[in-house]
Amino acid sequence: MIDKRIMGLETEYGVTCVVDGQRRLSPDEVARYLFRRVVAWGRSSNVFLPNGGRLYLDVGSHPEYATAECDNLLDLIKQDQAGDRIVEDLVIEAEKRLNNEGILGQIHLFKNNIDAAGNSYGCHENFSVQRRHNFQQIVENMIPFLITRQIFCGSGKWMTSSKSGVFNLSQRSEHMWESISSATTRSRPIVNTRDEPHADPEEYRRLHIIVGDSNMSECTTTLKVATTELVLRATESGLINDQYSIENPIRTIREISTDLSFKKRFRLTSGREVTALQIQQEIYELVTKIPDFEQVMSQPLYKYAFDLWGRVLASIESNNFEDVRFEIDWIIKRDFFLEYMNKHSLLGNDSRMTLIDISYHNVRKDRGLFYILERSGLAKSLINESDVEDSMSSPPQTTRAALRGKFIKIAQEKKRDYTVDWLNLKINDQHQRSVICKDPFKAVDERVDELIENL
Amino acid sequence: MSEQVRKAVTGENSLENLADISFKKHSTKDIDSVLDQIDAVLEKNAEEFVKGFIQKGGQ
Repeated sequence: MIDKRIMGLETEYGVTCVVDGQRRLSPDEVARYLFRRVVAWGRSSNVFLPNGGRLYLDVGSHPEYATAECDNLLDLIKQDQAGDRIVEDLVIEAEKRLNNEGILGQIHLFKNNIDAAGNSYGCHENFSVQRRHNFQQIVENMIPFLITRQIFCGSGKWMTSSKSGVFNLSQRSEHMWESISSATTRSRPIVNTRDEPHADPEEYRRLHIIVGDSNMSECTTTLKVATTELVLRATESGLINDQYSIENPIRTIREISTDLSFKKRFRLTSGREVTALQIQQEIYELVTKIPDFEQVMSQPLYKYAFDLWGRVLASIESNNFEDVRFEIDWIIKRDFFLEYMNKHSLLGNDSRMTLIDISYHNVRKDRGLFYILERSGLAKSLINESDVEDSMSSPPQTTRAALRGKFIKIAQEKKRDYTVDWLNLKINDQHQRSVICKDPFKAVDERVDELIENL
Repeated sequence: MSEQVRKAVTGENSLENLADISFKKHSTKDIDSVLDQIDAVLEKNAEEFVKGFIQKGGQ
């Protein structure tokens, strides 16, 4: 058996509501419309769902969805996709209600990381790490990978100035101010080190990565999570130490994002000068040496992601993206931007460039440009729609999320008052019965069965 | 889907999750008709729309 790991993704969405392009409602007001159904269902705008995930309003009126705990990549991608469909349903319903009330506006929800004024919001990745490891060391040794991975998992961003515009690889890189910190909004780090394991604190820590872009392509999401998990394994097993430590991480992350020639060199603390591509190529080779590499690769999505990693690095090296142009967000987006600019003879500073950039990330399947490209064969998908639909209401079956999902479903059916968080399940009656689930891998628990019988 | 991708996903080591993964078929439609579809759903007043999409930062 290979070491299992809990993984999760959190996505913050941007919102707006317009009539003929003009803003009609503030983000606060849109959020209230969106969450009216959620509040009616769960008596709060911060709820856990029957699929084990969490849906809530975050700082700045950003709707946020956190997937349930997953112990494999396939469940994670399904649960992540399910989140997009859950918030899409909220948009469709809220817009109908708005229209019924005589406000003929359109509500837009974007799975991106930056508004038109440059305010940023995130997509966070979580990985459980055994507490016996030197956590601080692991985090520091992961940083060079996390800074350079944007060459394949950036979502692309059109940056306009008064006179022109340029294409950047990443949405988030401009908004990173530190490598490691326990703060999030005040001074955004690449990895947040708050010690909140959401599990037995003696056993686990949680690696909370906040540098990533939100991806529309599930191929790119799969690549991002799989490579990061593999590199975490390589770091835990000592294959990656401080050999790639970057002299100026924050300057470097911004330089990589703006360098579409992929030739820009930067200095490591060892004195070596390298490109982002070189670091990724070396790490790609190192990862094959992790213990149990073959076993990890026996999972189809890992095998796919590792193959894609190799193909995308080769494409960058040869400057020929033919082989990966339907699987990598920034490439799908760039190719489409070029066609669109060409068709309308747009200049780089035209506000339509910003509009199509934002609209690529619209979560509605009928309005989102990514989905139109996908339906037209210009972007690939991995997961069947019916599997994603199932995951909107079904939790992963091999983690603690199965217990939470079942408890919530039955408590809702029986109209009982309950309280749930990542660890706790509780019935709010005179007996105040509750169960703490400290082991995130435990999907069967007699105590929870008994609790459910008491509902 | 390229042959390489298909092999990566449906490779010889057939596995428990295999049935769950399959690339949807896709064909590349004429790019002009795709761009027309996109123009049909885009907000018409780009400048106003962009000006109005402002929200406080998140995490």
